[in-house]
Amino acid sequence: MASATQSDHMIDDLPPARGHWRNVWSKFRRRRLALVSLILITFIYLLGIFAPVIQTHDYQQTDLRRTQQGPSTENWFGTDRAGRDLYTRVVWGIQTTVIITVATFVTGSLILGVSIGLVAGYFRGWIDAVIMRVGEVVSAFPDILLIILLAATLKPRILELARDIEDSTGISGLVSSGIVDYLVIGIAMLPLSWFGMMRLVRGQVLVLRDAEYVQAARAMGTSTPRILYRHILPNVVSPIIVSVSFGLGGIALAEVVLSFFGLGVQPPRPSLGVMIGEVTARGGASVSVLRDHPEQLLAPIIVVWLLIFCWNIVGDALNDVLNPRAQ
Amino acid sequence: MLAYIVRRLLWTPVLLALAAFFVFFMGTCAPGDPAELRLGPRATEERIKVERTRLGLDRPLLFQYGKYVNGILKGDFGVSYHYQGRPVTELLLPKLWVSVQLNIAALIVAVSIGLPLGFYAAKKQGTGRDPAIVISMLILYAMPIFFTAPLLILFFAVKLHWVPAAGWDGFFSLQIILPALSIGIPGAAIFVRHMRASTLEVIGQEYVRTAHAKGMSNFVVNYRHIARNALLPILTIMGFTLAGMFGGSLIVELIYGIPGAGRLSLDAIFQRDFPVLTALVLLGAGMLVLANLVIDIAYTIVDPRIRLQ
Repeated sequence: MASATQSDHMIDDLPPARGHWRNVWSKFRRRRLALVSLILITFIYLLGIFAPVIQTHDYQQTDLRRTQQGPSTENWFGTDRAGRDLYTRVVWGIQTTVIITVATFVTGSLILGVSIGLVAGYFRGWIDAVIMRVGEVVSAFPDILLIILLAATLKPRILELARDIEDSTGISGLVSSGIVDYLVIGIAMLPLSWFGMMRLVRGQVLVLRDAEYVQAARAMGTSTPRILYRHILPNVVSPIIVSVSFGLGGIALAEVVLSFFGLGVQPPRPSLGVMIGEVTARGGASVSVLRDHPEQLLAPIIVVWLLIFCWNIVGDALNDVLNPRAQ
Repeated sequence: MLAYIVRRLLWTPVLLALAAFFVFFMGTCAPGDPAELRLGPRATEERIKVERTRLGLDRPLLFQYGKYVNGILKGDFGVSYHYQGRPVTELLLPKLWVSVQLNIAALIVAVSIGLPLGFYAAKKQGTGRDPAIVISMLILYAMPIFFTAPLLILFFAVKLHWVPAAGWDGFFSLQIILPALSIGIPGAAIFVRHMRASTLEVIGQEYVRTAHAKGMSNFVVNYRHIARNALLPILTIMGFTLAGMFGGSLIVELIYGIPGAGRLSLDAIFQRDFPVLTALVLLGAGMLVLANLVIDIAYTIVDPRIRLQ
């Protein structure tokens, strides 16, 4: 009896039990750099989401009397060669990045990558073998080249399809709204985004599928989808989160590269890549731009830079916090 | 180990054939009829039809693929749409060779900066220098190449006049330094990250403690016991770092005006010269696959633990 009261007493002394995620959050919060990065990322994404509200000009509106101006109270970041307001265009460019990030990452990496990874890891056998071999073929290509090839060949086809749909259904503005561009970029990045995530999830599932609690669930006659999504998936969430946060910065960069090669979002719709491509005149002129009008190159580049840097810092911190072995 | 190498050697041609099929299929998805493009806009229906038959475009897809692969094996990647009648190989190979040289130079930069710095950061764990190195490398890694490349030109070429600003003059020239740095620094950041992690892992091993306990000098322990073992896992990430740098080199070539695969691919995209683009992608994949094959085989030779498994 005595020992029981003693242990009761000890339990009283412990801090109140907290949920796993609250624990993670309180550990994450203590990393100052990661916290600042997360706040910065949120801020940048909010800028993009509220672009129509916080814009000071129209992103298309040119003003030929005020071209290549430096920063001023009228144009916070200055103006570009056509006299368009750089601040407004950066904000809209962030919106493009947000849309593409969500489109490619949520569809490609999360839904496709996670599902295929679960299936491959759980069923093993020939399904797994086929999926892995397909992935190996895809990852045999240098990333950027593959994205460029896919975008270059698919773009005209998808444009054609969209025009057909416009003609036959009478819906107009499908092509000019830019949806087609997002679709092309999303599809082009698909082979990139799913395989890494798939391999990660598969590796985890291969271990978990033989865990006792999964065997117990199976013995109780739980359906396979329920085992996969209710019993296995929650235990794979941590590495998924880490991998997503490392990947999100890369997506911003990939969009910039595609737009730089003229395969991304089409003008007049602004994107950070289009802005960089416009001032560097497809490469050669970037030195003179940086010397004479640095704000035109720096405004979009600093945003991309911050996104990549902050996502990496957040990813590192999450990796330490979520991965018990790293502690 | 032999079984592993044989399996890898057998799988590689299959992998390349599948990659070739993928590229070929994407090529057929590309807009425009090759026969029409070859004959120009004034060709008659009749002539286009004849040309289509001559090119085998009316045959089944698999037959065309067979023809394509057969051509590749003979070093024939088809004919450019834009430069009427010039074989792709003739256009591509000299440019690709320039890119390969540039990437080798960049790899040298990445390795010679990244590995020592990663090792140093790991040795200094617990002091302020370790996080300082890690964070500054991450800042450099995140810096888009569109910014680093012109910045390097501005500083070292325009301001200091140490090296020429742009151009290409072969592997052993001053011009290669800046582009190699632009591509190599992000690569170095990746190496720092991995080298640091793998050194930290080795430092904690018992044989390192034993070596110290035996009274061996710090230099010998660092070099023979720690660095050599920490280098092993780095070998495996070499391939994918190379692939990442190759993507970066496409852009760097444009900024520095280097006549490599970057300029060619940009032109091919704008001129819709798909045979050139597909050949470039396929050759890029081929080089990457072979590089990884060599690395993996080298790994089994260098690391006896793998050999015994």
